[in-house]
Amino acid sequence: MSQVRTVSSGTGSVRRSMGHLSDRTTTFTCAVLMMAAVLVVGLNLLPSDHALHVGDATVSLLGKYCCYMLLALAVDLIWGYLGILSLGHGAFFALGGYAMGLYLNAQGANVDGWQAWLGHFPLAMLAVVLAPGLLALVFGWLAFRSRVTGVYFSIITQAMTFALMLAFNRNEMGVGGSTGLTRFRELLGMPLNSHAMTVALFVASLMAVLLAFVVCRMITTSRLGRVCIATRDAEARTRFLGYRVEHVKLAVFVVSAVMAGIAGALYVPQVGIINPGSFAPLFSIEVVVWVALGGRATLFGALIGALVVNWLKTVLTTEMPDAWLFILGGLFVVVTMALPQGIAGLAASLRRNRGGSAHE
Amino acid sequence: MSETLNRLRDMARPDRVFDFMVPDVSPVDVRHGPILYMEDVTVSFDGFRAIDRLNLTIDDGELRCIIGPNGAGKTTMMDIITGKTRPDSGQVWFGSRHNLLRLAEPEVASLGIGRKFQKPTVFEALTVFENLELAMAGDRRVWTTFMARLDHEGRARLDEVLETIGLEAERDRWAGVLSHGQKQWLEIGMLLMQRPRLLLIDEPVAGMTEQEMHRTADLLNRLAGQQSVVVVEHDMGFVRSIARHVTVLHQGSVLAEGSMDAVAADPRVREVYLGAEEERHA
Ligand SMILES: Nc1ncnc2c1ncn2[C@@H]1O[C@H](COP(=O)(O)OP(=O)(O)OP(=O)(O)O)[C@@H](O)[C@H]1O
Ligand SMILES: [Mg+2]
Repeated sequence: MSQVRTVSSGTGSVRRSMGHLSDRTTTFTCAVLMMAAVLVVGLNLLPSDHALHVGDATVSLLGKYCCYMLLALAVDLIWGYLGILSLGHGAFFALGGYAMGLYLNAQGANVDGWQAWLGHFPLAMLAVVLAPGLLALVFGWLAFRSRVTGVYFSIITQAMTFALMLAFNRNEMGVGGSTGLTRFRELLGMPLNSHAMTVALFVASLMAVLLAFVVCRMITTSRLGRVCIATRDAEARTRFLGYRVEHVKLAVFVVSAVMAGIAGALYVPQVGIINPGSFAPLFSIEVVVWVALGGRATLFGALIGALVVNWLKTVLTTEMPDAWLFILGGLFVVVTMALPQGIAGLAASLRRNRGGSAHE
Repeated sequence: MSETLNRLRDMARPDRVFDFMVPDVSPVDVRHGPILYMEDVTVSFDGFRAIDRLNLTIDDGELRCIIGPNGAGKTTMMDIITGKTRPDSGQVWFGSRHNLLRLAEPEVASLGIGRKFQKPTVFEALTVFENLELAMAGDRRVWTTFMARLDHEGRARLDEVLETIGLEAERDRWAGVLSHGQKQWLEIGMLLMQRPRLLLIDEPVAGMTEQEMHRTADLLNRLAGQQSVVVVEHDMGFVRSIARHVTVLHQGSVLAEGSMDAVAADPRVREVYLGAEEERHA
């Protein structure tokens, strides 16, 4: 199972075959996600006085977590496998969110001009994909072409999301200024606050996570995935072998940005608001922390990290709202020192110790 | 005129560097002579002649050792062959058809000249098998790489190279856990995946154990014949164990050439190189 593709120790772990390995991890994760969907929807159907009943509020919360998981997957894809530390993925998330917000805004309300176009569902979905995708394409093209790497890349991604935050704060942008977009009523003709819509959005978000996971696995277990790892660990050598490292980076970066955009688009109808705060540089950094905590370059580590941290955040911010950032920071420090491979790495080493078998 | 401009623009494109795996249409022509021919090559760095009227020919399928004291110009000679350094004068031909001085580094590589640098760099987080797979010649575009599946021919080639470098048993181990010597062989294997005609290998046994050195000698001996191999090496014992033909370089030009024994008996060689070497080892 452990897909931690960094050399873990001198024990010489043996990987027997590529094929089985990829199938097992993907099947297992998909099964878990499916079961989670069935379980939550099933428990939601129980009578509301039943002890195991899961209320709409919880379903909605879980749907929100799914969006975060999807965002974390996007970050792990490029950070874990390509070594590109993007501290601006919140921007792609927010752009997808704004595209969805504009669509919701155009329902019933009389907006005009370009925003009216986004009132058509297919066009809005296109915008959800294109807005983050094109930004990533242009930004990535400029950055990778001039061989901006490492911490410099991280810094300019922070600058990018900060600049977008300032831009979206302005009223002239016509997207709600600092208040953003809110008071959405319906999606595809169904009221947003209805029970059916809550469940539908949760299921859609979970399926999006599942689909994205499969796509990420397809990429990372392909030869392209091996080129990514090669690029991460020895870029010049990979280039010397004849691979167009810049093209690889750009392609994966765009795929990752689109995934983040879809996460944002699913997030907005579930929380009912999108504002420039989503572009906040700090949010992008938080996402990286989720992935680091869960375990880099494992994909499922990103899922676990996003879920655990956000669940903790929900619990702790109601208990002690001021302490959250300190707790998150502390957690990050402890985990990077004690568990450099994150939760997924811990799980893998526990399995190894117990089973004694080195094959994954 | 506009064609020249286009060519120039193409060369200026930052992504062009990566094109060198594309197989060259015109094969190397060795019907009328050697695979590598260097004549009167001279290079100066700030007035200092690192290579001074060097003449060297390598025959097809030959295994040649180049020895010489530090600073003799061995690495510089390889830089010239691979297009990394341009000589001030002289000629360098690959077969009788390709003038290497007109070609850029990637083009030289695509003609089938593989070079192993001194420090081994393999992809540590990939297995031995995957390292070789990435080095396999083929289409390197993003989408084709994503869709790529190993076909029969590729698999056969991989197994063949694995056997040649003697790493069959390590096939599915991470390259990061290999010994220093095994990493060197893996890197030679990665060069072989591209089916080179001429291999340039700089100091392959530096840092190897005695046993690893023996295996490396075996490997290089097996490689010769199928491709030409030029080895630069300091270790005299090693050179003695592989070389049929040795060239001694000194101050940028050839001091002596011949069998190891003949060269070792040459008083000039003893003076500038072997003597010093033996003193150092004594
Ligand atoms: N780019 C350069 N600029 C200036 N001088 C150089 C350059 N490259 C090599 N030299 C000089 O040319 C001479 C030959 O160097 P070279 O590296 O070819 O020697 P070598 O035979 O490979 O030595 P070694 O056995 O130490 O590897 C040395 O004196 C070196 O300092
Ligand atoms: Mg040298």
